[in-house]
This record gives sequence, C-alpha cells and structure tokens, in this order.
Amino acid sequence: MKKHLLSAGDLSRDDAELILTTAEELRSLADRPIKKLPALRGRTIVNLFFEDSTRTRISFEAAAKRLSADVINFSAKGSSLSKGESLKDTALTLEAMGADAVVVRHWASGAPHLLANAGWSKSSVVNAGDGTHEHPTQALLDAFTMWRHLGNLDGRRVAIVGDVLHSRVARSNALLLRTLGAEVTLVAPPTLLPYGVDGWGVETSYDLDGVLPKADVVMMLRVQRERMNAAFFPTVREYSRRYGLDGRRMANLQDHTIVMHPGPMIRGMEITADVADSDRSVIVEQVTNGVAVRMAVLYLLLGGSEPALSKNAEGDE
Amino acid sequence: MDARDVSRALTRIAHEILERNKGASNLLLLGIPSRGVPLAQRIAAKIASVEGHDVEVGSLDVTMYRDDLRMKPARALMRTDIPSDGIDGKVVVLVDDVLFSGRTIRAALDAMNDLGRPQAVRLAVLVDRGHRELPIRADFVGKNLPTSLVEKVSVHLAEFDDEDAVLISGTSADDAPSREEESR
Repeated sequence: MKKHLLSAGDLSRDDAELILTTAEELRSLADRPIKKLPALRGRTIVNLFFEDSTRTRISFEAAAKRLSADVINFSAKGSSLSKGESLKDTALTLEAMGADAVVVRHWASGAPHLLANAGWSKSSVVNAGDGTHEHPTQALLDAFTMWRHLGNLDGRRVAIVGDVLHSRVARSNALLLRTLGAEVTLVAPPTLLPYGVDGWGVETSYDLDGVLPKADVVMMLRVQRERMNAAFFPTVREYSRRYGLDGRRMANLQDHTIVMHPGPMIRGMEITADVADSDRSVIVEQVTNGVAVRMAVLYLLLGGSEPALSKNAEGDE
Repeated sequence: MDARDVSRALTRIAHEILERNKGASNLLLLGIPSRGVPLAQRIAAKIASVEGHDVEVGSLDVTMYRDDLRMKPARALMRTDIPSDGIDGKVVVLVDDVLFSGRTIRAALDAMNDLGRPQAVRLAVLVDRGHRELPIRADFVGKNLPTSLVEKVSVHLAEFDDEDAVLISGTSADDAPSREEESR
C-alpha cells in the first residue's frame, strides 16, 4: 500500500499481515477501562459519505476516536453536496480545513481513486466502499475474522455466495483472500456473476450444495435490490431456495466452518434466522473486528511520518 | 557481559525486588518489548524459585506513547499483555534491557496511566548506560555501563539472538562489535 487504501488488490501479503497483526493488538483495547490510545492526537479524519451507511461510518468513527483523532462527519444529506457541489469542490474544501485523511463512501465506482489521484488534496484517502467496485476495509475485517478462527488462511476454502455482481465486498475479498493464500469460490446464479470474473483468479459455481461440504468459510452476500435495474432471478422464493443458507444446508458444513455476512442481512432471503443466530455465525464478531481493523489501517497510514506499508511500483504519492 | 554475568545480574535484581517489596505479594513484572519481556520472565522465574510461588508477568508495548512517533514511519505494534484483573493497586516493576535517554520509560508511564492506577511503579534494567534526557532513574540496575554517545550498546538474549551477552560497539575508529565488557 502507499499513502491511500483504495483497493484490496494494492496490498502485498506483508502489508495485509501487518494490518492483521496490528489489529490483533488493537482488539484488546476493547477490554480495557480506558478505550483510547494517543497515536493520532491532533490528526483530523473526515468521514465523507455520499451513500447511506451506518455500520461502516460508525465503525470508522469509533476507530478514529479511539486513536484520539478529531473526526468530522460529512454526509451527502444535509450538506452542500445535496445542492450539487462537485467532488472536486468538496475535496478542495476538505483540504482547506486541513484533513489528514478522508474516509470516502461513494455510489460511483472509482470516486475514491479520483479523489486520491486528481491532485486536489494532500490527504490520505481510505475507500469505505465505492459503487459496485471495492470495499477494502470490509475484506480486511473479514480476513481478520477468518484468521482468528482458522489461523493461517493458506489453502483454506472460502465460499462467497449470492449477489456477486453488485458486491464490492465480494471483489475486495476475492483479491485479498487470494493474496493471503486462500481458495475462493464464488457461488451465484449466472445472472449475478460479473462479466470478466474469469480474470479474478477464483473458482465459480452455480451449485451451492456442491460447494458447501468442502468450505471452511461461507460468506453470504445481501441481494442488493437497490442496485438492480433488471430481473436477475424469477422470484425471491426461488432465489432463497437455491442460494439461501438455511438449517438444512448448514447441517452439511464441516464442524469448524464459520458463517459470515457483511451486513445488513435480510433474514429469510439469503440467510435464515436460525443460521444467523447459530453458534457458527460470526456476524456480530465481524462488527467488533471492524473497529480493530480500521484502527490498524488508520494507525499504519497516519501514525508516523509516513505510512508503514510498503510502496508499490505505481505509487501515487 | 557474558551469559553468566547476565544471569548473576538478574538474580541480584530478583533478590533486590523481593527485599524492597518485602516478599513477592502484589507484584507485577511488566516487560517492555521486545527484550524487556524475556528479562521480566527470567526475573519472575528467579523470584518464583526463591519464594516458592509464581509472580505475575506481562508485557507493555509503548509504541503509541513514544514522543518520536511522528518522526519516523509508522511502526508495527508489539504485544501488550496485561493480567485480566488489571494493574490497579499492584506494585508494578517495569523491566527493560537498556536505560538510555529515559524516553521509553516516560512512554511506559503514560501507557500505564491509561491502564489503571498501580500502588507503586519501579524500574529494573539490565544495563544503565547513562545520558538521561528526562528526570528518570532505575531502582534496580544489573550493571552501570558508562558509555560515550557514539557507542552503541546491544543486549543479546537467547530468546532472540541465540546467546546472552551485552556488547558495546562503535568505539571511535573501530566499528566492529568489540567483546569488551566495559569501556571505562
């Protein structure tokens, strides 16, 4: 990585492992009486959210505050963004306010990349989800959760199930998990697999029941109906019969297999309530781990005079 | 210092801690990573063999509390391991390998401030090489090693370096690590 975290694909294996081990140390902070570290005292972090989000924004806010940074929340609703201000003018405003890092969520794929590379500001940019493109900190917290449960991810089989087409979580996870040595299988109906998925270096399957018995991790994705502009499957009932995780399917999993979901989940659609609340489910833990992982990312980007993570060839500092 | 000197110094520190504390009750040894941690464990083992019961040992990473955090690239964190009942009311003995400027210890005191309120804090170091930049002193010292600022003191421990030794290098012209024990 370099000054920014835009894509899970920018992370080398060393970078990713440094983030995971740092997150492991920071996770213990949650058990302490004073949940605060001084590392980012005096740094300003702006949460720039052009798209609704509770989990991710709160998670980044908690992470930044636990590192003693000053946090400014900036959401599209109720700001001049809703009056038609351009991304460039927003960036110039943030620069003028002296933001050290901008955490950006945008409905357009590539917006964080533009913000980082257009030369509008000097701050670090952290992608908190852009369109259907990437969500690298989600992939990091997912990998962290798997790593805590399964140890080394080399050779582990991860099934990512559901609406892969609209999922930035699936893409970031596929990139990161491959870097960490896991074998990823994307399971979805043909209509919900993205064009060009052959180039991701992952397996694909249309048959959930064939994949489940071998998986070490099952990650269910939400069907993103707000992004759907066509009929991708006949009915909700048919979708959940073929690609939903229910108690019957869960019985076919190996004993150590964990069930994950990036949230928000729709109970009864991609996952049934008994699975979501079962012992295998680590969905609530994912949220806890999210704060630790985001603390690790912010610390490693902003904690020193320069980022701790290795620079790659196309560095854009 | 060779392996036997290191061992003798740690034995003496262990006894001095017990004498000062009037026994091993309420003691918590906190090693500062990386080399302070095995030193704390060794002192704890020596105390245990004298007193017949274990003393608590932990580690305290001070990276985020360092005053030079912003002057270098972001550093990896080390292990912090605090007993589940915390440090409140205990006699904490910080353990480190070399006491130099005193800035690490200041950071450790700040870090402890966020963890609780010990009854007392003491400091044990294997080597005190002088050149303090802050008003900090050690309660238990393995060896006072007056050095010049151009010299480098490195502590080798079997846990990391396959041997126990304290080496001084960089003395004036010859840059190679010399096996000299003292440079006085």
